[in-house]
Amino acid sequence: MNEKELKDLKKGNGPNIAKESESQERKESREESKKLKQKENTANILIMVALIAFSIAFVYPVFMILFNSFKVGSAFSTNTAFNLPNGDTFSKLDNYIDAIKSKGFSQSLFYSFFITISSVAAILLCCSMCAWFISRIRNWFTEVLYYIFVFSMIVPFQMVMFTLSKTADKLNLNTPYVIWIIYLGFGAGLAVFMFCGFLKSIPIEIEEAAMIDGCNPIQTFFMIVIPMLKPTMISVGILEAMWVWNDYLLPYLVLDIKKYKTIPILIQYFRGSYGKVEWGPLMACIMLTIIPIVIVYIAGQKHIIKGVAAGAVKG
Amino acid sequence: MEKALKRYWPIFILPTLAAFAIGFIYPFAQGLYLSFCQFRTIDKVKWVGFDNYVKAFTWDPQPLTDSMKFTVAFALVSIVLINLGGFVLALALTRGVKGTNIFRTLFFMPNLIGGIVLGYIWNVLINGFLSLIGKPLIELNPTAGFWGLVVLMCWQQMGYMMIIYIAGLQSVPEELIEAAKIDGATKWITLIKVKVPMVMSSITICVFLTLSNSFKLFDQNLALTRGEPGDQTAMMALNIYNTFYGRSGQVWKGLGQAKAVIFCIIVVVLSLAQLLTTRKREVQQ
Repeated sequence: MNEKELKDLKKGNGPNIAKESESQERKESREESKKLKQKENTANILIMVALIAFSIAFVYPVFMILFNSFKVGSAFSTNTAFNLPNGDTFSKLDNYIDAIKSKGFSQSLFYSFFITISSVAAILLCCSMCAWFISRIRNWFTEVLYYIFVFSMIVPFQMVMFTLSKTADKLNLNTPYVIWIIYLGFGAGLAVFMFCGFLKSIPIEIEEAAMIDGCNPIQTFFMIVIPMLKPTMISVGILEAMWVWNDYLLPYLVLDIKKYKTIPILIQYFRGSYGKVEWGPLMACIMLTIIPIVIVYIAGQKHIIKGVAAGAVKG
Repeated sequence: MEKALKRYWPIFILPTLAAFAIGFIYPFAQGLYLSFCQFRTIDKVKWVGFDNYVKAFTWDPQPLTDSMKFTVAFALVSIVLINLGGFVLALALTRGVKGTNIFRTLFFMPNLIGGIVLGYIWNVLINGFLSLIGKPLIELNPTAGFWGLVVLMCWQQMGYMMIIYIAGLQSVPEELIEAAKIDGATKWITLIKVKVPMVMSSITICVFLTLSNSFKLFDQNLALTRGEPGDQTAMMALNIYNTFYGRSGQVWKGLGQAKAVIFCIIVVVLSLAQLLTTRKREVQQ
């Protein structure tokens, strides 16, 4: 617009004419921006259609398990996996009842819940205390400790799986009620690392002031440091909970699996040693496993997505 | 303050330290030691020096090198696909299209579902598909096993990377894009020359996250293919697991532990490379 005005002026047109052309210009530019917007709109609609199509494909695997979980055991085969259940093959809730009653789903659910909650609580409490100590007291010992924690984060589980399960056996840590000690040990790396990363960025003066006012370190920690750590606690809690809830190999090797099966162990257990799989109750179990996850996720999706993003960027 | 805090050390660091010693330090040290031994149970071990390591490369019927090749191929393909997919989704979801939040929530969801469950979900789908087109099932079909794992990982991880890319794209300042527009840059050029360089740090994070996830993959592998047919689709972690627990005999556990040490060294080297490159980028920006 300005350019055109300038051109008009250079050509020696009077200001009146310039005004006229300006209003014309405005119209044109309005139309142009309208066109641009329309273009953008059509592009957005196309993208939306693509996203919807992709979403349907994205959800389909779970949907497929859902309708197959309602088929009677004999009717499920790979040839008919895409067919919806019909009158002959529809099993009502039989698979679900079987899974809950005779396959021990409810016990597994309890074990998984208990292990996840106790482990995450232990990790949050103990590791935040440990991280505060490490980042406020600087000497060779805490320095070395910090790097060992970071190192443990990288080491793959296969490196310690055999010796860890033997150690746990020896110390009687092979029940769901005390396995949180193992999780605290093996999960400490990530937690300490993330807490230390955050603690570095907050000024020490606030804590010093509290101490001068007569707080002992424990009071300072619980009344001053923990409230500041809250966002990091949420991130760490979510990441560790996702790990513990879904973990298969550690509880499989550590727990006495004849007695205690967490959900992932239960699902893997459906595949007998000869490769034969009871698909009906297996798929019912899968659905029963997914439902609580979806509920928790929808309830806290904002925190979960934010927490995971923050965790990834810091980690 | 330091002095006061130091006196409280048993409360602050002892619980974590004790658990860490049980859960990591002791098993790690013992594992390192046992990789030089032959043993069936932990009470009866015989020192054999580097024998296990030599065997791992020369004698082993389930060679780690085969699994390594499979793992590297898998990692390369899935890193490219997951990151491309995640980035494209992030671009589509930062334009202000209606329902962005719902899509974002949906695409992230598979991350919360555990590897074992995911493996069985995809086992049903892929085998259904394979029998539809008349091909052998995934347990007998290494090509399908490879691509099945790739598709599964894309399905699981794309949403995660998308979240990181969205955060990166949202932090690109508006003025930069505006300026590029005024300078006459097309959308494509803006994307390549402005947006991509600006989210480079997200790209590094995502690439290395997918890299270490692909290398450490175990649950999905176990549930989807179990390494079948004949260990052809066993990745490194599963290979080590099979060596440990697949057979009984004097040699296997020591051999498995030696392979685990090799695996550990590979993962640690890769992760250190990650740390160094991320540090470098941080300095540049």
